This record gives sequence, structure tokens and C-alpha cells, in this order.
Amino acid sequence: MTQVNADLAKSFGLNAEEWGKVLEIMGREPTFTELGIFSVMWSEHCSYKSSRVWLKELPTKAPWVIHGPGENAGVIDIGEGLAAVFKMESHNHPSFIEPYQGAATGVGGILRDVFTMGARPIANLNALRFGDPKLPVTKRVVDGVVRGIGGYGNCVGVPTVGGEVNFHPAYNGNPLVNAMTVGIARTDKIFLSAAAGVGNPVVYVGSKTGRDGIHGATMASTEFDASSEEKRPTVQVGDPFTEKLLIEACLELMQTDAIVAIQDMGAAGLTSSSVEMAGKGGVGIELVLDDVPQRETGMSAYEMMLSESQERMLLVLKPERSEMARAIIEKWDLDYAIIGHITDSGRIVVKHKGAIEADIPLAPLSDAAPLYRRPTAETPKPAKLGPVEGSTPLDQALLKLIACPDLCSRRWIYDQYDSTVGGQTVKRPAQADAAIVRLEGTNRALAITTDVTPRYVVADPEEGGKQAVAETWRNITATGALPLAITDNMNFGNPEKPEIMGQFASAIKGMAAACEALDYPVVSGNVSLYNETEGRPILPTPAIGGVGVINDVSKAVGYAIAPGQELVLVGQTHGELGCSLYLREILGREDGAPPPVDLDAERRNGDFVRAQILAGHVAACHDIADGGLLIAVAEMALAGDTGVELAAAGDAAFWFGEDQARYVVAVRDAAALLKAAAAAGIPAQRIGHTVNSDKLTLPNGVAISLAQLRDAHEGFFPRWFA
Amino acid sequence: MKAAILHFPGINRERDMIIAVRQSFGAEPQIVWHKETELPAVDLVILPGGFSFGDYLRCGAMAAQSPIMQAVKRHAERGGYVLGVCNGFQILTEAGLLPGALLRNAGLRFLSMDTLLRVERNDTVFTKGWAKGATFRAPMAHGDGNYTADVATLDRLEGENLVAFRYADGNRNGSARDIAGIFSSNLRVLGLMPHPENLVDPLLGGTDGKPLFDALAAA
Repeated sequence: MTQVNADLAKSFGLNAEEWGKVLEIMGREPTFTELGIFSVMWSEHCSYKSSRVWLKELPTKAPWVIHGPGENAGVIDIGEGLAAVFKMESHNHPSFIEPYQGAATGVGGILRDVFTMGARPIANLNALRFGDPKLPVTKRVVDGVVRGIGGYGNCVGVPTVGGEVNFHPAYNGNPLVNAMTVGIARTDKIFLSAAAGVGNPVVYVGSKTGRDGIHGATMASTEFDASSEEKRPTVQVGDPFTEKLLIEACLELMQTDAIVAIQDMGAAGLTSSSVEMAGKGGVGIELVLDDVPQRETGMSAYEMMLSESQERMLLVLKPERSEMARAIIEKWDLDYAIIGHITDSGRIVVKHKGAIEADIPLAPLSDAAPLYRRPTAETPKPAKLGPVEGSTPLDQALLKLIACPDLCSRRWIYDQYDSTVGGQTVKRPAQADAAIVRLEGTNRALAITTDVTPRYVVADPEEGGKQAVAETWRNITATGALPLAITDNMNFGNPEKPEIMGQFASAIKGMAAACEALDYPVVSGNVSLYNETEGRPILPTPAIGGVGVINDVSKAVGYAIAPGQELVLVGQTHGELGCSLYLREILGREDGAPPPVDLDAERRNGDFVRAQILAGHVAACHDIADGGLLIAVAEMALAGDTGVELAAAGDAAFWFGEDQARYVVAVRDAAALLKAAAAAGIPAQRIGHTVNSDKLTLPNGVAISLAQLRDAHEGFFPRWFA
Repeated sequence: MKAAILHFPGINRERDMIIAVRQSFGAEPQIVWHKETELPAVDLVILPGGFSFGDYLRCGAMAAQSPIMQAVKRHAERGGYVLGVCNGFQILTEAGLLPGALLRNAGLRFLSMDTLLRVERNDTVFTKGWAKGATFRAPMAHGDGNYTADVATLDRLEGENLVAFRYADGNRNGSARDIAGIFSSNLRVLGLMPHPENLVDPLLGGTDGKPLFDALAAA
């Protein structure tokens, strides 16, 4: 029998102080299984011990918020008695070790977080960061991750409707795979995880338990090094078919009154689900592991408690409904087993083969969980970018920029994702700034997007945090929808380094300011730390998933233009080239300050644009982001297969600057729009018009054929994977 | 016409199909669980798309062995109408109700995009809503849509005019002779890979797929 002591605790990821707390709580040396439970519950991944003090700073309330952070997913009221249930979650570490399964199980995990609350998943999105495309390993990871997301999402039949992809060498050894699911439930049928009812049966539903993924949560709480490949056995394997059965079985069971509480078994499996359910309910729980459906023989209590086998749920049922529940679950060919019951002891008691393997008081397990206010070092404010030298002609710069990995078409990726299943996808990928998914049987739709610009965040974490929130708000606004709330996925390096914790704290500060100014609270989220390889951190990446609602989906617009329209630029342009893609791709520099985010202007300009869209004055709208104004116009021309003649005068900074709070709108009557803008105090200018041609004509008279532009835009991924 | 939609575990486009049928038929289709052994009294049986049994064996192979398929075979033998879309088409070939098989896409990647289909004949209950030679858009979403059969079978399909639809804007999945959908010899069973049921609403990009359901509803 392995000796349980401080050294073993250390190898489980608990430091000396944390080990001391374990001894204090237990009043004796813990058993091997108990130590396992403490180590996963107190891992960074499950306890948020480094991030909790900062996450509290985020605004989480609004009249439309039904459940904010703390539940399996956030829940907001979207009208007509319906609620949107959503969350984004990372699966970074597994996706580097085993890209296909890492990404696939990331999708599976976030789906469970959503349907466990009683919501039918209606959309998946993702936010992906990869290393330098010149490296062979990057190609392997991109291929595996895209196949994994598609393999799982396509099979479960939830459309993958949007996402974002960036490349940067900082992600070479540590790609980011953040998956988001949005589901729909009735506001009066939301299911929570707090257990209740002494004597009520604790029921296990889903796949059998195997030895896969043991200590995955601990793996996700350490840095990578050369031995990370050896951790491949800690990556779980996904089974989307069983997930699909689990979705249908749970939703069918939720139509009855059988369920008292329900939670998926995610990170730290049976341990975290049972501890959290009993802890939240202020009750106790007793488990008999002999009754757990097992895929392998001879599993120990420790292995069963820490297994991260996928596609499993834990339920507390009303005893008189348990046979009816069994019939529903077994109809779907899933395992159903009563593995314990709720007690009033305030303890988790785990029995196996007649012995008590664990007996831990629940309150201190959560209340005494470590909480660190780690030292922070602020990122020095970068100097504003001075005037830049640039002699590249406008047309050359455009063709180069629109072809670069960060701006090129993502068609090769989204063509591998089923975006139409469900029959409600109104705007698919690359049709609008946010995906639009209608709520079946209504005229209402959700607008959903993911975004963050890590190169801004690393230069100035506070402005970058603001910008990430503001950009998702703008994406949603540009479709005509009203942004309501966000989920955040905080991907950072090692929190024990003050400069990393400083990035985290500042990004939160910026995000909080934007959420506050835009009435756009955080309702769920996930933190992924220790994203470092051999001591090199990723770019700080607070990925934001935004959700908005449009009451009449027929008014939603995309960014495809058509002949006979005038193009108007809304918002102020100073020509901010700091941290821009023009600077990086054309001039080979990554310096300067990112574009400042004026939240008042953001709000004003966005509210104006949305009102114009809903009034029916706008035929197409595109927010201006990476690459600036000319990239936005070129994307509109390609989407609509329509020519443009640009008339506005401006230098490279005007056409490629990444100033915030701006939109290009296509209208029939520019004069009317300019008049309305002037009346509202919104900067706006006419920049050109569309033509029934196959050319984009620049103000200097140089014309680029749309075919040439399309070749440049569409070329990168197919060539890479040819 | 009255319709029933079969529900195999793992299919995922049954809701889309219900919407399309409800809209054209003006009535709810009946949903039949795969473990049933009898069909309700309907004229048309629909096998929708998805990943029945995860497609962990050959696509459609497990579903073809489901209890309800015996009843579907009897229905087809009696001259009943059967429509299989995507996974439903795969199930029909695995069940022997249509010839040939659907292999992995030629490029070995899942393909999700709109494709253009050409209507090869319009003198059938399924296709009479289109003109012969007309083309219409339909989303496709499959990993295994590469239609194949031996040369004799392909020649017979062509000779007996049993090709229902062909890809008209490029053959992305490698299907023999650009075949996207085929009829049974009596023209009562139709299988196709793309999804007409996903284009029946102008808000969702068009109504290109609606003539199929309107024609069936009127029959």
C-alpha cells in the first residue's frame, strides 16, 4: 500500500501548506482515495484558487440574468418564456497531447454543462489559437482539432455555427481549444445541481466508468514540459453517439417531475459532481462504488472517484419516480444505476467492497479550499506608435493582408462542420458578424459570437480585455441583435509568475469596465492557467462568447453587399496602427499600443447602428476589426460577389488602422443615414458605393478583380492541407 | 399522403424533417421508434439523417438491422413510398432497398456546404415539383457520401433511368457518375445524400427543397 504523506501529496499537486490543511480537516492522515479527492477538488482547474479573487470583480447581474456564474452554465431570459443557457470552456492541455480526442471531448463536455440544466443545445462555437503555421506540429494540431470538433459536433447533431482562429508562435507548444455551447430551455424548467432530500437515490446515468482521464484536472493545472507526451493516457476518449443518447434521454426525463438535482461528470468525474451536488445542497452523500457501471475489471475506489470517463451524469431522483426514470434511460440503451443516497451527515462517504474508502466533511472541503491572492506585476503601458514608414501600395497591402493566416477565409475549417442541422441556422459562418440561430417555432433568434484579440491583450491587458468584450458586443450589434450577456474563457500562463497574474488582473479590470458600460454581464466562464511550455507563456487570451437576441429575425442583416448600395463608415477614425495586422504583416513589427476602446463611443455608435438596422435602413453591416476598414469592405464585396468603388481619401493608417467602435453599413440612401448620424452626434462618412461589377476599385483608381481578391483570401488553408 | 418518420438512436435531422413535412403536409408526421415492429397506416416512410448508432460500424449498417426495418421492407414490397436522406439513404442501401453503397468522401473529410442538384426525371411522385433538368440548391453534410456500385449496377441505374439527382456544380465526394440520389426500380423508394429538408424557409436561405415535400403532400 502506498504511504500517504506530504511527498505523495506533492506529487498529487498539493503543496505543504495545502497538505497541512488536509491533515487539519481530517484530524488524521487521509486515505489514498481521500487524498485523491482533496487533490482534484483543490486543483487550480476545479478550485479556481488563483483566479477567484479576481473573477469577483466582474459584473454578473442584470434584470435578464436568471443564473450567473456558479451553476453549470449561465442562464438568461430571452423572452417568450424562453431562456438561453450557455458557457464556454477550454480543453487546451488535452488538445495538444491528443488533438482529435482533446477537441472532441471539449465539445462533449461543454454540451453536457448546458443540457444538464434542461436546455436543448442549439449551437456550438469555438475559439481556437494555434502556433506558427510554418511548423509541421501546427498543421497536425490544426487538422486534429478541426476533425475532433467536427467529429463530435456533427455526430451529436448540434450545428457548429461560428468561431474564430488565430495563429501566433506563442501558442507553438500550447494551442487553445475553447468550445462554447448555447442551449434553449423554458425559464420555468431550469435544472440545478443542489442535492436535497435525505434518503433520495443518487443515480448514475450514461457510459460505463473506465480508467481514462484519471487526474486530468491535475494535468490541466500544471505547465507542459518534454514529458507531456507521456500524459497521453490522461486524455479521455469521446463517444458522441452516447452523448446524443444522453441528451435525448435527459431531456425526456426532464419532461417528468423525477429529477431533484442533476450534474454532469466533467473534470474530476464522480468526485466533483458528488461533492458539488451535496455541498451546494448542504446535505451529505453516501456512494457505494460496487454499484458503479464499470468498463474495466478490478478498478479501485481511487480510480473510480477520479476517472474522467466521458458521457456520464449524476442525478438525485425522487425515490417514487426512480423506476419510471430507469425505463426512460434504458429505452435509450444507457446504463442506469443507483449508486448511493443523500444523507444528512454533511459528509461524503465512499464505500467499496465493504470498506469505507473515504469519509470527508464537505463544508471544509469547499470552504477551506485554498484561495490565493497571488502577487501581480502590471504590464508597463506600451508607448503609442509613432508615424510609420510604408511604401507598399494600397492594393498590394490589401492582397497580402487578406491572404495572411489571421485574415484569410476559414472556409476550409467551417466546411467540415455541420452548420445547418437543426434547421434553424439563419446566418451561417462568414455570412454575418455573428451567427444567427432562430428559436424553433418563433420569429426570435439568437446572435452568437466568440472573439478576443490576444496581441492587444499582451501589449495592454486592460485595453485588450475591454476590446475583447466590446468586439463581441459589436459583432452582435452588427446583425441587428441586442447583446445581452457573455461567457468568458480566461486562458493565461503560470499564475505563480507575477507578470502573468498581473495580465490576468488587468484583463479582468478592462473586461469589467466594458461589461458595465455595455450592460453586458458575465454569466458563466472558465479559467485555464499554466498555459506554458518550457516556461514560455501563451499570449493572454480572455476569449469572450457573446449572446444577443433579435425579436424579429427577418430584420437581421449579414455583411454581403449587393449592387445599388452606398457604403458609409460609422465611427471615428484616427488611424490606429499600433498592434495592427498591417504593422505585423506589411511592416514586420508588433509594437505600439493597441487601439484604445472608448466605451461611450462604442455604446453610442452601436446603439445607433442597431436602431438603423431594425428600422430597415441597412442592407448589410460589418464591424471593423482585424485588418481595418479596407479588409472589412473587401470581405463585404466577396460575400456579396459585388463590386465596389471607393471614394474616400486616406492613407494606410486610414484604410488599415484598427480603431474601435466602427462599422461599415451598406444603405440605399447615404444622405438619410448621414443626417440621422449627425443628429445623434455620431461620426459617419460616405466612403463609396457598390457596383454591378467584378472589381474593387480603390480611391487611387487602381482596381483589383474580385477573382484575384478571392484567390488570395481563399488560398491559405487549401494550399496548406493540399 | 400520410407520413411517418423513423427514429433510430443517433439520428439528428429528425427535427428538421418534421418541420419540412409539417409545413408542406399541414399535418404532424408520426414518429416511429426503431424498436417497433409495425408501421402505422401511412403512405410514406421517411428515414432522416444523422449518425444512427454513431456510424461506428459502416454507416447505416446497424440501423438496417433494427426491428422496424422488417416492416419497412414489407411496406416497400407493397409499393409503399420510402424516402431516405443522408444517413437514411445509407440505411436503405444497407437494408438492400436500394442498390450500391456510400463510401467515405473522396477527400476523407466531412463536407458541409450547399451543393447544386440536377433533377434527372420529373415523372415521379418525388420529383414532379421540378422541371426535368432543373437544378436546385441543397445543403450537404456528410462524411460518407461517395456513392458507389459495380459497373453493371451503375449501367442498369442509368439504363432504367433510376438516377434521381446528380451533383451539378462539382462532384465533391467522389460519387460514381456524379450520383447524388437514386430510385428503386418501381420509383417508390428514393435515397439521396443532400438535405432538401434544410431549405424550406426563405429566412433560412431559400425554399429550394420545398418542391419535394409539396409534391409528396399532394400525391
